Amino acid sequence: MKPGYGEVLLAEGDPTTREDEERLVAEFRRQLDEGMWAAVPTIAADSGRREAQMVRDFTEIPLDAERVIFFPRAAGG
Amino acid sequence: MALALSATIIVIAALLWEVAWPIVAERVARHRAGRRRAPAVGYDPGRERRAEQRARELLRSCVNDEEWGMYRDLGFIRVWGALAEGPDRGAARGGLDGAPYAYLVYPHKPIVAYLPQTGRLLNEYCVAFPDETRPYGSARLPDSDDVLAKWMALTGDERRLIQTANMHLPGRQVDPRQVRRDLWRLGQWERRRLREVSSERAAPPGR
Repeated sequence: MKPGYGEVLLAEGDPTTREDEERLVAEFRRQLDEGMWAAVPTIAADSGRREAQMVRDFTEIPLDAERVIFFPRAAGG
Repeated sequence: MALALSATIIVIAALLWEVAWPIVAERVARHRAGRRRAPAVGYDPGRERRAEQRARELLRSCVNDEEWGMYRDLGFIRVWGALAEGPDRGAARGGLDGAPYAYLVYPHKPIVAYLPQTGRLLNEYCVAFPDETRPYGSARLPDSDDVLAKWMALTGDERRLIQTANMHLPGRQVDPRQVRRDLWRLGQWERRRLREVSSERAAPPGR
């Protein structure tokens, strides 16, 4: 998410291939280094409700995740 | 004649020098500093509208149908509270019945915590998602992105968001009368939605 622009595609690829995974990991770290938070939209297996899972490391991303959304870190308003 | 012409040329040259010197000096200084003029990015209503449209699509793709309808019709989303120290939540409806408290998530306004059973307002949590890099001339996320960021942070790590936010008593930034009115609208909206769902289920297939 970017102010004044909304959704911006940063990187995409198949994390099961080594080359794509390295690229995705690099972009993930770059975003977190820039102070962004990362979240993965999920669907609860038991209830079917949609939720989000905050991730702080690339290994925390569920294997079946379709996307990771980065947004600016929260601050007291 | 030649003297007058020479004097005129000298005067013109002096005047041009006076005008041109600041520009030349600035360019020389910028060149020496190795800087380039930063492109000016101002407020563009069209770009902001397109950003909001993209943000609405993203929000719609992430939240539940009920929450999307709520936002589309009412302008806010209710998120149930889930902190561990609260009373246990019910097992029905995916564990959401009996939730002791909930939040109203408005775009670019504090998150309002309240008790759904009584409608009592608990707190305001002032939180923002400022982008310090400001790559597009604005530090504010589009409205729907702001709601989605709050939704993701609340459903993903409620404790961290609440600890980050500045907590105030109700009424500091959001008018309690407006919140109560919104809760009434939410109740009406839920009843109407329930009726529609019931009638859809009752209708025979193919009609």
